[in-house]
Amino acid sequence: MGNNRVGIQTIAFSRQPRIASSYTIVGPLEGKGPYALEFQEILPDDTLQQKTPEKTERLMLEMAIEKTLQQNDTKISDVQFYIAGDLLNQIISSCFSARTYPIPFLGVYGACSTFCEALGLGAIMLQGDFADQVLIGTASHYQTAERQFRYPIEMNIQHHGTNHHTVTGAAAALLNLGTEGPRITHATFGSIVDWGLKDANDMGSAMAPAAFSTLKQHLIDTGRKIEDYDLILTGDLGKQGSKMLKILLSHENYTGLERIQDGGASIYSDQQKTGAGGSGSACVAVMTLGYLKNKLNSSKVKRVLILATGALLSATSSLQGDSIPCIAHGIALEA
Amino acid sequence: MRPQEYQQLVQQNLPPRPVLKNTLWAFVVGGLICTVGQVILSLVPFFEPSKTGSAAITLAAMILIGSLLTGFGVYDELAEVGGAGAAIPITGFANTVTAAAMEYRREGYLQGMGAKMLIIASPVITYGILVSFIVALIKSLILGVL
Repeated sequence: MGNNRVGIQTIAFSRQPRIASSYTIVGPLEGKGPYALEFQEILPDDTLQQKTPEKTERLMLEMAIEKTLQQNDTKISDVQFYIAGDLLNQIISSCFSARTYPIPFLGVYGACSTFCEALGLGAIMLQGDFADQVLIGTASHYQTAERQFRYPIEMNIQHHGTNHHTVTGAAAALLNLGTEGPRITHATFGSIVDWGLKDANDMGSAMAPAAFSTLKQHLIDTGRKIEDYDLILTGDLGKQGSKMLKILLSHENYTGLERIQDGGASIYSDQQKTGAGGSGSACVAVMTLGYLKNKLNSSKVKRVLILATGALLSATSSLQGDSIPCIAHGIALEA
Repeated sequence: MRPQEYQQLVQQNLPPRPVLKNTLWAFVVGGLICTVGQVILSLVPFFEPSKTGSAAITLAAMILIGSLLTGFGVYDELAEVGGAGAAIPITGFANTVTAAAMEYRREGYLQGMGAKMLIIASPVITYGILVSFIVALIKSLILGVL
């Protein structure tokens, strides 16, 4: 077993890579939500004067990356890897954004868990001395996700309480072994969990077992309790998925459940009528690099766990009646 | 917990569907749309006395209204409240075609809008034709016209 592994699924980073700088951008709807003040930029409209929302999504990602580099006074040539992912087929937003940067690019996909996958992989590269600086990014857009996974935007649909609303936004972070920013202490990569749920309109319930499985394994591997964390940010289980996760945890007598907060269930207010809450690869990313990072920086919390979940379905698999394979990746951060 | 137990637990914990509220709103919204249609149908004979002619004009007017409301971004809001009340009338059909046309316009007029305009509406057309064929067949068999 490698020296940097604990338990079965968890990596412990002895060198503790840091999130040196980061930038979050959200759309106008998220900018009216309860966490609006936590994000660095709120777009006045969700087009950025682009002809298509796909181009907007790409541009948001590029903007987030530019600002992340600027904030740390870093040139792209000083970064060794760019790791990014998004929701779109062939992860076009990430691949196309990588055209701008002449450095090695790795595309990742984990649906709404993409951000944690990229963060964990970036930290591994730094821990292993394969890079001095790694850039990670993700973006999603309500309109691009709707058309790919659901229906045309203006179509007559009555949404259920379990439907999610894809977050329009982008986030990027620069990771290095410096002295600034939150430290990445552990990563628990999840295995696929599929408990046979098929309803694409209720992804929260489908993803809750994945979140449960990774959280349980993380706690076993590290020998920690939920109470050892000031906050556990799940994303994006939504209201329905959070409820199911808490049922699963109480079923096995876990305590400290009040410390678990879901990014998707929090990002919009009830008045915004977004069903179960936000989702999309940008959701947990902006909540982590906005809200959570602010909390860590101001020492309101010392140790947190991000538990990003992804429903790895496609529009085709849903129509063919397949169940939804889900995944959750956990990353522990300390101030 | 076994997956089967969990699936049952999910069913027990789904948010309640406001069936009564949804039904009432579907009645109100659907009723309003039909009232507008009826008003038009009552007024058209002043210009077009023939029965088939005025019915066709009314349908065209309703399709125009449905499409315009879709273009202005109102129809999806109406459907969020009205559900089937907004989806079933011909304005709902117009909405699905217009919404798809707007959505796929970005991929060009031919392979985008032209090819995908009926992507939501085509099951209605396909099975509409199939059912009318079957009904016509039954009618012919009964009347012995074949």
